Amino acid sequence: MTILTELKPGDSLKSVNLEPVSRMDLIKYAGASGDFNPIHTIDEEANKAGLPGIIAHGMWTMGNLSKLFSDYIENGFIEDYTIRFKNMVFIHDIITLNAILKENDGKRMHFSVNATNQNDQKVIKGNIIFNLY
Amino acid sequence: MFKAFIGKRSKGVENMVERGAVKKFAEAIGDLHPIYVDQDYGKKSRYKQNIAPPTFPRVFDYGNIEDFHLPNVGLIHGEQSFHYERPLFVGEKITCYTEIKDYYEKKGNHGFMGFLVVSDIGEDENGEVIFQSKAVVIITEEVRKVLTV
Repeated sequence: MTILTELKPGDSLKSVNLEPVSRMDLIKYAGASGDFNPIHTIDEEANKAGLPGIIAHGMWTMGNLSKLFSDYIENGFIEDYTIRFKNMVFIHDIITLNAILKENDGKRMHFSVNATNQNDQKVIKGNIIFNLY
Repeated sequence: MFKAFIGKRSKGVENMVERGAVKKFAEAIGDLHPIYVDQDYGKKSRYKQNIAPPTFPRVFDYGNIEDFHLPNVGLIHGEQSFHYERPLFVGEKITCYTEIKDYYEKKGNHGFMGFLVVSDIGEDENGEVIFQSKAVVIITEEVRKVLTV
């Protein structure tokens, strides 16, 4: 495991490749989050909304991305987490989670974070400020 | 369309950071780290208890703003942020409310777009704000037609 405080600006946390997105992933997230918007689970409803198929909840992807930091919870906590949703995530997409250190002032580590799909498109993009104990 | 709601907030609703809900949520985002789900691990951690993942506040009930209704389909989630004073602890009570922060409209290539900025806030039992989240929701021409009927 990376020792967090030894990272230098420009260094990355170890990227994580998710399993291809499945319908069951989104059904589980709908149940766990209470977001039952049917464009995330039912093809006909997605089609009615002009989509080629169901799309992942943006918050599913955002929720996944923060796990890059879970192993460091003894070192600090996520103080700020800001995301822009850039592109839709479809089932069978292969998502990669990335975090790059921008700045460390000794109290807070500023990371640029994103999730990309198999075509190297960013699907979400933003920042995490990790507050060190 | 929503300008009149700027500054309006819901009455607080008491929520519990429920252990089972945290486990289900952690599983759904593929993050079953023991700090979220293993009681012994939590006790030995610096927190002396389990905590919830940072996007968990999605689960809470924030109450309703009077006369404010959004359709549950056809909206685009544009941006989302969370600001924390500390992590949420499993088992604690959080009083949650929501507030309409802003609403503005733009005309773009795809016609009319409305931008609604909603803040969700959670306070602990001492009345301290623990987290504030902000969502930017984009309302498209299609949705607007439905709303104004």
